[in-house]
Amino acid sequence: MADVTEKARQPLGTGWGKPLVFVLCLLPLAAVVYGAVLGDLGPDPVKALIVMTGDWAIRALLVVFSVSALRSWLGWSRLLRFRRMLGLFAGFYASLHILVVATYLFAWDWTIVLEELSERPYIIAGFAAWLLMLPMVVTSNNYSVRRLGRRWRQLHQLMYPVMGLAWLHVVWQVRSSYLEVLIYGLLIAVLALPRLRRFQLAR
Amino acid sequence: MLIKKPDDIASSEITPEAVYLRRREFMQGAAAMAAMAVAPMAFSAPSPLSHTPVDARADNPFYTGEAQTPFSDASRYNNFYEFGTDKSDPAKYASALTVDPWSIDVEGEVDKPGKYALEDILKSVDIEERVYRLRCVEAWSMVIPWLGFPLSDLIKQWQPTSKAKYIQFETLYRPSEMRGQRSAFSTIDWPYIEGLRMDEAMHPLTLMSVGMYGRELPNQNGAPIRLVVPWKYGFKSIKSIVKIRFTERQPKTSWQGIAPREYGFYANVNPKVDHPRWSQRYERRLPSSLLSPNRIRTQMFNGYEEQVASLYKGMNLRRYY
Repeated sequence: MADVTEKARQPLGTGWGKPLVFVLCLLPLAAVVYGAVLGDLGPDPVKALIVMTGDWAIRALLVVFSVSALRSWLGWSRLLRFRRMLGLFAGFYASLHILVVATYLFAWDWTIVLEELSERPYIIAGFAAWLLMLPMVVTSNNYSVRRLGRRWRQLHQLMYPVMGLAWLHVVWQVRSSYLEVLIYGLLIAVLALPRLRRFQLAR
Repeated sequence: MLIKKPDDIASSEITPEAVYLRRREFMQGAAAMAAMAVAPMAFSAPSPLSHTPVDARADNPFYTGEAQTPFSDASRYNNFYEFGTDKSDPAKYASALTVDPWSIDVEGEVDKPGKYALEDILKSVDIEERVYRLRCVEAWSMVIPWLGFPLSDLIKQWQPTSKAKYIQFETLYRPSEMRGQRSAFSTIDWPYIEGLRMDEAMHPLTLMSVGMYGRELPNQNGAPIRLVVPWKYGFKSIKSIVKIRFTERQPKTSWQGIAPREYGFYANVNPKVDHPRWSQRYERRLPSSLLSPNRIRTQMFNGYEEQVASLYKGMNLRRYY
């Protein structure tokens, strides 16, 4: 009986909670594939694909980033169960984004890649964000958590520079409207500031 | 018990193989029809416009034989920030614009200033077809059959004074009909301003366009009258013009005001001078697809080098970008 009440109290934590979140995280990919296969991405599908994958990468990052905040403000500690999956999806969409850019914008021409990586601040920021995500992706397993111990937590503080760099990546592309940048910036600030203060207090 | 089963499908009901093999086309056609029926028409098909067809000979600089971008793409994929920042916004929202009556204010260093009604302007010129490449500063491009007349025809009528060295153009400012102008987050300071040097404005390639694809301009493409300067990035080809001012000094254009390091007054298509944020060496010719992205090399002056290079003789194009 105890087992049943436990389950009832954690409807999202056990059973179908994780599969549900997994399927939700796949929906943007489904939209991308659907659009690509049906030719539904408009006359410039390359641009559409780049924007879609980039948008979902930064949105997924924001969702991961908000898990800790929601726990400390609202006591939603159950969300922690999904953080690893959400983080891996953020890494997945960011990697997809970079793959699309390398394939369609740079056509895997290494002189172009090197030039873009050395001359364009927004590309440097975006690429750096992706690079900093990699160690977190690689250590997203129980073995690494056990093995790294305290250092695992420290390593995953990389989320802060990743959020900052991802935001810069968007800021430096603004052309005709500030709205999106403003929304992302406010969200990141609201989510990060209380924790940065906690950081200070702990020292 | 053996019962002979009669054929329950008459041979006349069997789909012929040829039709069966085309079932996908049929489904696509049906889907397209359904989409058309469901989607509210963003704009009604513009009326046909009588004109002299283009002389489609290979050596005619006013004609390119490259594959033309379909009308549905050229009229649904637009940068016209007066109607929103998304490429699909202009097609969605430009129907709110009233284009009749329309007039152009002619001001500045000119002998015949005044308010010219569009119908009077059109009576004084011959409409002809030009098939031009259009290269956007964002590294995509199209091929569009425009209808219009050389800007020089109007300039000659208005008789600029000897002090007129430049021409400044202004787009309509009407926030009640142009929802993008009501946005609080826009980087653009309305109204949109563009400009040309007098010799650029007088160049035979420089077109005042009132139509495309044999019809009047759809609102989202800059109705009722717009500029088309094929050797410059698309943002120079200002839409829905209400004011033309002849000046002695170089006008300050909208994009120069927003980001002077990124958008110069000249804005000539030049694969050797990158936009600070992206390369200009290649472009995606639209419509592009994921299987064949249609990525082509960008040509100097968008392929009009022979016609316009002399305008910039001796100028450092890295400095005057």
